[in-house]
Amino acid sequence: MSYQSSLLPLAAIGISLLATVPILLSDRRPNLRESWTLLAAVGKFCLVAAMLPAVLAGGGFVLTLAEVVPGVPIQLRVDAMGMFFALVASFLWICTSLYSVGYMRALKEHDQTRYFASFALAIAATIGVAFAANLLTLYLFYEMLSLSTYPLVTHEQNAEARVSGRKYLTYILGTSIGLVLPAMVITYSLTGTLDFAAGGILAGKASPATLALLLVLFLLGFAKAAIMPMHGWLPAAMVAPTPVSSFLHGVAVVKVGVFSILRVIFGIFGPALLLDLDLGTVITTLASVTIMAASLVALTQDNLKRRLAYSTIGQLSYMVLGAGMLTAAGMTGGLLHIAMHAFGKITLFFCAGAIYVASHKKYISEMDGLGRRMPVTYGAFLLGSLSIIGMPPLGGFISKWHLLLGAIGAQQMVLVLVLLASSLLNAAYFLPIVYRGFFAGPQEAGTAAGIQEAPLFCLIPLTITALASVGLFFFPDVLLQLVRQALAGG
Amino acid sequence: MSPPNLHLYVLAAPLLTAFAVNLLGRVSRAWIGPLALGALGFSTLGALLTLLRVLRDGGYRYTVGNWQPPFGIELVVDPLSALMLLLVSAVALLATFSALKSVVNELPGQEHLFFTLYLILIAGLLGLVLTGDAFNLYVLLEITSITTYGLIAMGKGRAALSSFNYIIMGSIGACFYLLGVGYLYILTGTLNMADIARILPGLAAPAAVATAFAFLMVGLWVKMAFFPLHGWLPNAYSHAPTGAGVMIAPLMTKVTIYLMIRVMFSIFSPDYTFFAHPGVQAGIVWAASLAILCSSALALAQRNLRRMLTYILLAEVGYMVGGVWLANGSGMTGAVLHIVNDALMTLCLFLAAAAIIYRTGSLDFDRLQGLYRRMPLTMAAFTVGAFSLIGVPPTCGFFSKWYLILGAVEAGHWEFVAALLASSLINAVLFFRIIETAYFNPAPDAADSVPLRSEEAPALLLNPLLVTAVALVAVGLGTGPLVENVIRLALPPGFAP
Repeated sequence: MSYQSSLLPLAAIGISLLATVPILLSDRRPNLRESWTLLAAVGKFCLVAAMLPAVLAGGGFVLTLAEVVPGVPIQLRVDAMGMFFALVASFLWICTSLYSVGYMRALKEHDQTRYFASFALAIAATIGVAFAANLLTLYLFYEMLSLSTYPLVTHEQNAEARVSGRKYLTYILGTSIGLVLPAMVITYSLTGTLDFAAGGILAGKASPATLALLLVLFLLGFAKAAIMPMHGWLPAAMVAPTPVSSFLHGVAVVKVGVFSILRVIFGIFGPALLLDLDLGTVITTLASVTIMAASLVALTQDNLKRRLAYSTIGQLSYMVLGAGMLTAAGMTGGLLHIAMHAFGKITLFFCAGAIYVASHKKYISEMDGLGRRMPVTYGAFLLGSLSIIGMPPLGGFISKWHLLLGAIGAQQMVLVLVLLASSLLNAAYFLPIVYRGFFAGPQEAGTAAGIQEAPLFCLIPLTITALASVGLFFFPDVLLQLVRQALAGG
Repeated sequence: MSPPNLHLYVLAAPLLTAFAVNLLGRVSRAWIGPLALGALGFSTLGALLTLLRVLRDGGYRYTVGNWQPPFGIELVVDPLSALMLLLVSAVALLATFSALKSVVNELPGQEHLFFTLYLILIAGLLGLVLTGDAFNLYVLLEITSITTYGLIAMGKGRAALSSFNYIIMGSIGACFYLLGVGYLYILTGTLNMADIARILPGLAAPAAVATAFAFLMVGLWVKMAFFPLHGWLPNAYSHAPTGAGVMIAPLMTKVTIYLMIRVMFSIFSPDYTFFAHPGVQAGIVWAASLAILCSSALALAQRNLRRMLTYILLAEVGYMVGGVWLANGSGMTGAVLHIVNDALMTLCLFLAAAAIIYRTGSLDFDRLQGLYRRMPLTMAAFTVGAFSLIGVPPTCGFFSKWYLILGAVEAGHWEFVAALLASSLINAVLFFRIIETAYFNPAPDAADSVPLRSEEAPALLLNPLLVTAVALVAVGLGTGPLVENVIRLALPPGFAP
């Protein structure tokens, strides 16, 4: 694997960072402002995609920004794993930007300038995490993401938003400073580096007890992955406007948490070391408990966004679980699920937002018969939930298939049971929503009102992501290729 | 080529200008600004050149008036003092812009008196940084203290009482220091630091030397307000005129930390038994950890921005004392780096406080409502300063904390690690409480229909603040070169990694 020095990774991060300036300056001209957002979104995706061929060919890009600590520069590196995540995130940002325009305008939200500027910062930080070459750089962008999303979570600026904002920061900032920072310093003092290296850097550097402690610090410290008991912020953060929930709490923020954990597992510990010390079980136990508990809690939620949030908590642990199996198939499934779940869950959130825009309904119990008035939205919702349940022909099937293979390969029947039971639970909490939408409620009332969909700006993105979920089942090649390269040590 | 006694000009410029300000300021207020800024600008430039020269040619000693030591006064220009020289003069320069504006507002008619004391104080701080003589250090310490008493007493309300309180505590601290110097003089017969350092190892009076060391340390701890010797600081700094606070708060404690390093390693040495003694060393790191925790906890109880900042300042003193006493390269690097970073962070926050008080008239928490709309740039800079104190990369506060934690991990002082992390978390609570108030609550006098117009602070208050906020990030990103090229050279021998 050869890395060439290039400004491309910086440009891919910087484009949305710089876009905040014109966004802030065109406060009074919404059309111009949204043009900047869309321009930055498309530009970012193009910049990321421009690096794809080189990465697929086994190469990559590297750029050192500043020397800060001996042996640990602030450095960007585009490898297969980072490319995989950046590709998904930057593509979905385009959809979200379109959706945001429709959603925010339809609801006549206040302070849209601040909203779009913070969003641009958040996506810059997300791509920064994807392209971080070492743990310190990753931490830098991780914190930047935490702080730039605070104004988004608390957008409503009411008492509820304030309480949720506090909870959000307490969990996210509290764990990153309280757990990840010391773990990072200890790792540095043991090894003198924080580089993500194939096979890890910690092998032979510390006692098993220390390593186990470090692993737990990292697992719980990256609270964005919402492994229980660090999950409380995610349902609370649902007070944010729906595009924020869909992109940040369906894709960017939570996946950054999972991605960070996977980076630590692959690049700091190394699967071989974890296998040696049998620390995989620590990971899989935490993840399994989270999967089951979150799925059960999701059943009880009547608020649609909260149900989706608990579903997200469960699904995030799938990815961690896959990595914790420490088998090739399991790790493939875990990584792939980042993308598959992203497309599925963002669709579901988009639908929840579209329902709210069109009917101002938040609770599932109020949504009887709504599907007859919003067929496109409910159709997309069905596709999204099938993908997350893991049915063919949707993308979610592929990742779950690999996860199951991995669990069988690791000869851990308990994990197989967890995966199967959870899929059933997923179906149990998603499908009734669709059923009620199409079949429940008085027949006449629905038809009398006619079709009442959300604005096109909302409808188009959710159709795209829903169809993309189907597309990923048939054409997962690029993503699979990237995952294989990532696991091969690239 | 710069003249060989360049550093002396750095010191002399504010001192001589102080008198010019007093005389010409009586004639016309218009003189004060250009004179003060000119002198400090000159000092900053001189300090920069001095630092560059030291980095190029190495440190040197300078005898004032060619009176040879041990009788004459010797100045020491080494990487550490040159760095401090630049830090003090640059911070003072930035603070002066803001002070000029605040003083006109708060002390009309007394500007010339204020800036006379102000400039003498800066000259005193620069002198402290340079001196290589233990008794001269005492004299300069008193010069800075007495001018500070005067400046604080010029504040409103209970300022005079706070200043009196400070006089008592400050004098006790000075007595301790002077006693320490007295012991050393009895033991060695000299007051020159290098001379003492040469004679001390040959002395067979460990108890007397230890007593001298302890007196010196306690004296300096009182002066730097090392918890629990901190009682004077919160009142003094929060009742001082705004213009005095922006300069005193960032510099005074940091220069005293520098003096502690000087005394420990220029008079004594790293292998002096007291420093190497595990009980004493561990005890002081524990004390520093407690200082950090208690000060941070006390900060939580404050209801006024500037008062809260003074308690955070106390916690930061604990960071640096602990860092030095970790007695390893990383801890020492962290402490010296934190002197630089903390001076800038404190400057940033006090400048922001000065800008806010100029517009709102108060720094009580309930008066900070709606500030993000009213003063977006000020609050942006404030936020950067807050993030730096919390320790969010890439602001500089993260990197000094990194070195301090690393030093504590290497030394096995887990209590210090815990204290540093706890303090970061408490800082997050403290600042997000303010950010919340300023962000969520609408301004008290805002009618809903009228969009609030921006009421940014005047340029003299705002611009130095923005420069400082940018510097926080720039210094953070430049940590590598800064540590590699300056601070490593500035560390006491035996501590460079």
